[in-house]
Amino acid sequence: MNHSSAYADYTTGEPLADAKAPDGPIADRWDTRRFQAKLVNPANRRKHTVIVVGTGLAGGSAGATLAEQGYHVVQFCYQDSPRRAHSIAAQGGINAAKNYRNDGDSVHRLFYDTVKGGDFRARESNVHRLAQISVEIIDQCVAQGVPFAREYGGLLDTRSFGGVQVSRTFYARGQTGQQLLLGAYQALSRQIAAGNVEMHPRTEMLDLVVVDGRARGIVARDLITGRIDTYFADAVVLASGGYGNVFYLSTNAMNSNATAVWRAHRRGAYFANPCFTQIHPTCIPRTGDHQSKLTLMSESLRNDGRIWVPRAKGDDRPPNKIPEDERDYYLERIYPSFGNLVPRDIASRAAKNVCDEGRGVGPGGQGVYLDFADAIRRMGRKAVEEKYGNLFEMYERITAENPYEVPMRIYPAVHYTMGGLWVDYDLQTTVPGLFAVGEANFSDHGANRLGASALMQGLADGYFVLPSTINDYLARHPHQDEVSAEHPAVQEVVAETEDRLNLLLSVDGDRTPDSFHRELGEVMWEFCGMARTETGLRKALERIPQIREEFWRRIKVPGAGEEFNQSLEKANRVVDYLELAELMCLDALHRAESCGGHFREESQTPDGEAARVDEEFSYAAAWEFTTTGGAPVLHKEDLVFEYVHPTQRSYA
Amino acid sequence: MKLTLRVWRQKNAAADGAMSTYEVDGISRDMSFLEMLDTLNEELIVKGEDPVAFDHDCREGICGACSLVINGDAHGPERTTTCQLHMRSFEDGDTIDIEPWRASAFPVVKDLVVDRSAFDRIIQSGGYISAPTGSAPEAHAAPVPKPDADSAFEHAECIGCGACVAACPNGSAMLFTSAKVNHLNVLPQGAPERETRVLDMVAQMDEEGFGGCTLTGECATACPKGIPLPSISAMNKEWLRATRKVGR
Amino acid sequence: MTRTLWDSTIGKKTVMAVSGLIMLLYLFAHMFANLKIFFGPEEINRYAHWLRTLGEPFLHYEWTLWLVRVVLVAAVVAHATSAYQLSRRDIRARPTSYVHKRRGATFATRTMRWGGVILGLFIVWHILDLTTGTVHPGGYEHLRPYQNVIDTFSTWYGNVIYLVAVTALGFHVRHGLWSAAQTLGVGTATRDRVLKPLATGLALVLTAGFVSVPVAVMTGLVS
Repeated sequence: MNHSSAYADYTTGEPLADAKAPDGPIADRWDTRRFQAKLVNPANRRKHTVIVVGTGLAGGSAGATLAEQGYHVVQFCYQDSPRRAHSIAAQGGINAAKNYRNDGDSVHRLFYDTVKGGDFRARESNVHRLAQISVEIIDQCVAQGVPFAREYGGLLDTRSFGGVQVSRTFYARGQTGQQLLLGAYQALSRQIAAGNVEMHPRTEMLDLVVVDGRARGIVARDLITGRIDTYFADAVVLASGGYGNVFYLSTNAMNSNATAVWRAHRRGAYFANPCFTQIHPTCIPRTGDHQSKLTLMSESLRNDGRIWVPRAKGDDRPPNKIPEDERDYYLERIYPSFGNLVPRDIASRAAKNVCDEGRGVGPGGQGVYLDFADAIRRMGRKAVEEKYGNLFEMYERITAENPYEVPMRIYPAVHYTMGGLWVDYDLQTTVPGLFAVGEANFSDHGANRLGASALMQGLADGYFVLPSTINDYLARHPHQDEVSAEHPAVQEVVAETEDRLNLLLSVDGDRTPDSFHRELGEVMWEFCGMARTETGLRKALERIPQIREEFWRRIKVPGAGEEFNQSLEKANRVVDYLELAELMCLDALHRAESCGGHFREESQTPDGEAARVDEEFSYAAAWEFTTTGGAPVLHKEDLVFEYVHPTQRSYA
Repeated sequence: MKLTLRVWRQKNAAADGAMSTYEVDGISRDMSFLEMLDTLNEELIVKGEDPVAFDHDCREGICGACSLVINGDAHGPERTTTCQLHMRSFEDGDTIDIEPWRASAFPVVKDLVVDRSAFDRIIQSGGYISAPTGSAPEAHAAPVPKPDADSAFEHAECIGCGACVAACPNGSAMLFTSAKVNHLNVLPQGAPERETRVLDMVAQMDEEGFGGCTLTGECATACPKGIPLPSISAMNKEWLRATRKVGR
Repeated sequence: MTRTLWDSTIGKKTVMAVSGLIMLLYLFAHMFANLKIFFGPEEINRYAHWLRTLGEPFLHYEWTLWLVRVVLVAAVVAHATSAYQLSRRDIRARPTSYVHKRRGATFATRTMRWGGVILGLFIVWHILDLTTGTVHPGGYEHLRPYQNVIDTFSTWYGNVIYLVAVTALGFHVRHGLWSAAQTLGVGTATRDRVLKPLATGLALVLTAGFVSVPVAVMTGLVS
């Protein structure tokens, strides 16, 4: 294996087109596609096996629904129970164009808001379908017993969320993700009990089995015994989530990882827009090098809190000793009309800028104040407590600081990845028979995701889209040959997997998997984080192969492969981060425009805002893998906007 | 901070285990308990020793993966999950005992990791509402009185961590089971399966080898999400009602 | 239905709750009857006789008493069998205890289990002492409870056994009554605020009522 070579650059291949998207009026396209799709006779469905990797909102709902339809589902998760997938941590809510408020909402408005929020880098057809389905999701979840917040009349409550002017977000206190996930988990559990889903918890997918050009199974490791097994199916669905953990510190779960999507990419699935990552402005800052992950604080705090830093560099007086005229309420200063309520990407970048100037607060100078003193004076402590009590409590638990008395400290953190495996309208990747749903695909959010839209997309994909499209593939390939473990293609994948793990165990170096992960994360955060430059990205592209080379020389993984070995799990995930990171940087480098979460300092308006370059970059960048460290091939899928016309955003 | 840790080490389910002692130094008061264990593990890996295995994932108190008994308390001295416990709850020089959940229904997998699949099987036995995708009526077709919706939510907050079982001297899963029964049985959507749900879930709970409830209240005290003890009484009521009605 | 009850932990708890409540009712009756000792031998001895003629002429002499005895024995057997089986199950469910022990964690459970055993042994002695007279100190006289009771409480061990048992009974009733309410599904957060003090109060009344007799004998109030 050659682990050290750097990207020579990239080559441009054939343009890519979404062959499955129907034409015609946008509102009819989903119906058209569903009608065109071939169906599998109900009696034949149980003869088809579908593998689903992941049990979050997308995977859990897909597994349950496919099983309800009669397919035989074999499902995997690395957690000890499917109920623990990281969708569970989503706080805010789920959007749906129900228009229960009669406030002018509609499917078209949700569609419009999402395309615009994604800074015109998403497919119109997909987003419109998402908006249509949003309505059914709420019905489905209520029927499952998801305890959404309700009003005294017994009807569902909604609230407003960032970036939109209607109240369309359904929620279950600050635990919407948990409640929706438990709904999907319970539906899945019902199918497990019925024998329609064969569930493999604590089993991690390590590679994809492709036979005769089609996805036919996966290689997975039993995390308890360490045994490596192959599982075969007629189609494989990846619902393995995003890749935010490339940054080491993120709001993702500790074990969320990119191995499933990255290994699929290496087997032929194109990876689209890897540089589109979302950085959330209100997270609790890190307290030191020991920090293992970051915790999000609801964005709603910015409604009443004022964000500031000291005017002078290195001012380390306690916040209440800094007089009013020595404070810089920088968001209010730079964006007088939107003030503290500018969109996520703008608030995040502004915080980074003041910290880079040396005016950051707290340990390491990586934080800004979010001050409620004015709000407490204006509304009274009791009113603040009623509105934000649980968030203040959570903050105090983590930081041991009382936000009623000292301002909160916040800092942006990696939160979500809009990029992912390229999929067509049917959610099928470029490998026939391989599908990707939820955060694992790139489909609906363009360059920036709106709040409360991740849950909507995950459930739309899993409950409604995939179960209506996968049948077309299965119906067209009704009699696939049996694949056996002896098939050369299978043996090759298994051997590669075993070799990789054995190599990790045998290097016997002096550095831990975490130390490499942290080092990579620092490089990514510095050069491929909130603001990116050509120089920085080139630096990162130089550093990453060096870290990779050092990794394979100095990695230390104690223990053996045939046992419960968390260090081995971790090390193997870092292997894939070290490759994916490079593609992210390359994608960020090639996209010499700013859009959504991707901010290139070279491409900004005179007042410092993101400047899109539609003439050159109105496409989704789908990358084809060649070799580790080798130049990948770029395939462009042009984005056509017939219904929402691209405009430049302004918040000053 | 400098601490002495006494940690349960057990190679696998079949092996015998014992407490091992480790010293850790340079622990910051701002670290979470799991970050303190990370620090220990980083040292162990470099020394070529087997790091301490423990379950953890979201580290923000919601996934329910973390599961340590710290100085005899499930999730430690504060009423929260282990991942949200911070080292400021301890003093420099403290000796801390760390053990896995103990219950015969939760066998140890390795070190501090246990097998909680019994909980999944309890849910599989009836902890759901049968509503296949596509069959749902309009969401507003059945209004739910706010007190019922709030009560359902309160019980639905359970994260399935198993602290209730770990804290219970009888290793009973009554609080866990009651949380799901009460979540679903209070809702109009849950009504058609109201009786079978509670009967089947309780039967599965017994089958898994969890102990019975002697109402010591340890479970509710340990529960990081505050599922209240009267949930158990409410489930008993549901169960007796179902036994009368279904008569099986 | 019977099978569901007996096969399930909740069912067994229900059996315990119902049998416990039956015994509790009896105990209150027993305790009030005991207090007759303060009104002289005539009153309580007459009462002992009445117990046997209760239900006449419809029922034969002593039939009511035997009926009560049968119900009580059934309750004791059901209560004890459930308790034994549940305890076995509970102990099996937690085979390994924590190395780091916490104090007080199992207080209620322990007092219930040991209290139950103590009460069981006490009942045997109590019957042999004051019903059959088999182990009675001094001359046991049928249908003369006043004298018999004084005999028993004139021995040191009679007092010790009785006081220990009645104390155990107090603890047992305090947790058991509240526990039975939970098992039968009566407990809610609001009702618990009443139920707990109520259980404690009733346990205290019961204990005080029973304790008053040996104390009265010891202090010479009754002789």
